[in-house]
Amino acid sequence: MKSNTSTIINKEFARFFGDKQLIFTTIIMPGLLIYIIYSLMGNGISKLATEGQNEVVTVWVDNMPQTIAPMLEGMDSNTVFIESVFNQDNIDSLENKDINAVFVRFPKDFDNRIENYDPSTGELAPNVEIYYNSTNNASNRVYTTLSAVLTAFEDSMSNRFDINRADSELQRYDIATEDQMLGDILSKLIPMLIMMMLFSGVMAIAPSAIAGEKERGTIATLLVTPMRRNELALGKIVSLSCIALLSGISSFIGIALSLPKMISAEDVEINLPYVASDYVVLLLIIFASVLIMASVVSLLSAYAKDVKNAGTMITPFMLVVMLAGLIPMFQNAAPDNLAFYLIPFYNSIEVMVRVFVHETEWMPVLVTVGSNIVYTGIAVWGLTRMFNSEKVMFSS
Amino acid sequence: MEEILHVEGLSKTFTLSKKQQKIEGTDQKKKVAVDNLSFFVGKGEIFGLLGPNGAGKTTTLRMLSTLIKPDSGDAVLDGCSINDDPEGVRKRIGFLTSELKLEDAFTPNYLFDFFSKLHQVPDSDIAERKKKMFERFGIDKFAEVKVKSLSTGMKQKLSIVISLVHNPEVIIFDEPTNGLDVLTARTVTDYLKQLRDEGKTIILSTHIFSLVERLCDRVGIIIDGHMTVCGSLEEVCDGMKIEDRFFELYKELKGGEE
Repeated sequence: MKSNTSTIINKEFARFFGDKQLIFTTIIMPGLLIYIIYSLMGNGISKLATEGQNEVVTVWVDNMPQTIAPMLEGMDSNTVFIESVFNQDNIDSLENKDINAVFVRFPKDFDNRIENYDPSTGELAPNVEIYYNSTNNASNRVYTTLSAVLTAFEDSMSNRFDINRADSELQRYDIATEDQMLGDILSKLIPMLIMMMLFSGVMAIAPSAIAGEKERGTIATLLVTPMRRNELALGKIVSLSCIALLSGISSFIGIALSLPKMISAEDVEINLPYVASDYVVLLLIIFASVLIMASVVSLLSAYAKDVKNAGTMITPFMLVVMLAGLIPMFQNAAPDNLAFYLIPFYNSIEVMVRVFVHETEWMPVLVTVGSNIVYTGIAVWGLTRMFNSEKVMFSS
Repeated sequence: MEEILHVEGLSKTFTLSKKQQKIEGTDQKKKVAVDNLSFFVGKGEIFGLLGPNGAGKTTTLRMLSTLIKPDSGDAVLDGCSINDDPEGVRKRIGFLTSELKLEDAFTPNYLFDFFSKLHQVPDSDIAERKKKMFERFGIDKFAEVKVKSLSTGMKQKLSIVISLVHNPEVIIFDEPTNGLDVLTARTVTDYLKQLRDEGKTIILSTHIFSLVERLCDRVGIIIDGHMTVCGSLEEVCDGMKIEDRFFELYKELKGGEE
């Protein structure tokens, strides 16, 4: 004879895997959607970055100075310089995106004025006006180049020292390795994504499995069997955690497959520098996170009158988890004080950060997994009490 | 007569929400559902709790099935106290009420196996008992049809079968024929008689006088949470029809109030 906990787990699995629609929406769709959305975003960013690169831009220049002309003419092969006086019609055309253009207006007698300009007099420096349309990629491209050329020219006029002058392409001043830089990016993005995906998986199934059973009247049928309430509570939490984990894995695969497309848009070569133990820690942490998410959502679902009410109660909690996921974006490093790893959800996020930045230590991992298991035990106890409480189970 | 259930001083009071107070037409925050109820049930008999709606019948049966806890008093079923050994009680009873529902997503076959396992029925006995019960209630042809596709009558029959998967010694039925079509109602009453003939004890609640007359060996009339009279059908009726006896007691207690 099997334990009642495994009977409940099997029943929850049977309910879930017997429903093709639920499988699609909970397991297949999250991964598929993430892959499609992120891939489209990656392609879009890439397209945006390359769009306008090869388009010819007309640059109207008013009062072109002799000193500047050679610099400008050599700066971009896809530009046509036309000496022109300031013309409002051209500006209007630029505003309406009818033309790919930039309008540069130098002050009259620019060369003499800058040569005679003395900052100590307090007078305003000669001003170069560059009119462009930032929503036109070609116009924006030439504006950026023009600004850079003019800024470099201005710097050269009073050059006293350089900062980080690159004498060769091999010269590096930022001594962070590529692994560190990739780890830094991943540690800011992935923990939040993982937590959100796992939570979405729990949200998709837990309210129906507990509040839904109350609403449908099927929980009472279970409660009149000789099964102990703690077996029911444990069976529910473990089965929900396993299903949510599958949903999380689906999302993770979606992220993993679409990540190269996302990052390649920024010309970063993907070469994940992690070893087997890092993945083991990640898996441990993901399961510990799912356990505690399923626990909390189960408690709220058991307290709720019906599925709708459960959704309302769980939403604020989901926001807290999302906010916790944002923490890595605003911190320099994961904390060393082990007490922080006793805080549910936050602890999982910080351990994931440690994994991604190659600072994995076993004590934070053990404290996180251990505390999450203890919290799950407390939740099983609480859920058992709720299953025993007629006020909670039969409140209607 | 050997007692299988002894109920002593069972009481239950509910706290009413404002909405419930409005529905009940009262400004009282508390409602006494069952008040110091005492009775016994003999082994192998059909005992009926007869009373109007809101008399406390369902609350009593829910306490006996350990779904809710009494505020005071106790009931001992086959040596197990509802307060001290609720799991022991649940092992010995089959409880059926219209409030208990079955999950739509499963088939009768799956549900029978599932509840058999929860009742710790040995694997070797499940198939044989399932065949017997499904044939008895005509579910065998629908064994692989999901509950959501079954007719209302078939769902009700399945609920009865599921509540009896473990062949319990004591069967507690709350309004056993309520909402059933005539054919299913007849199947149920015939089956209850068969169970009694097999030596099972049946405790049922009802407000249908004819059902009590046809089925019950002993009866307790419950009005406003009080057991007004309890005994064999002959003792309770006192030479009258059960319906007339009930209204006589009702008028005595309520002072002619209908």
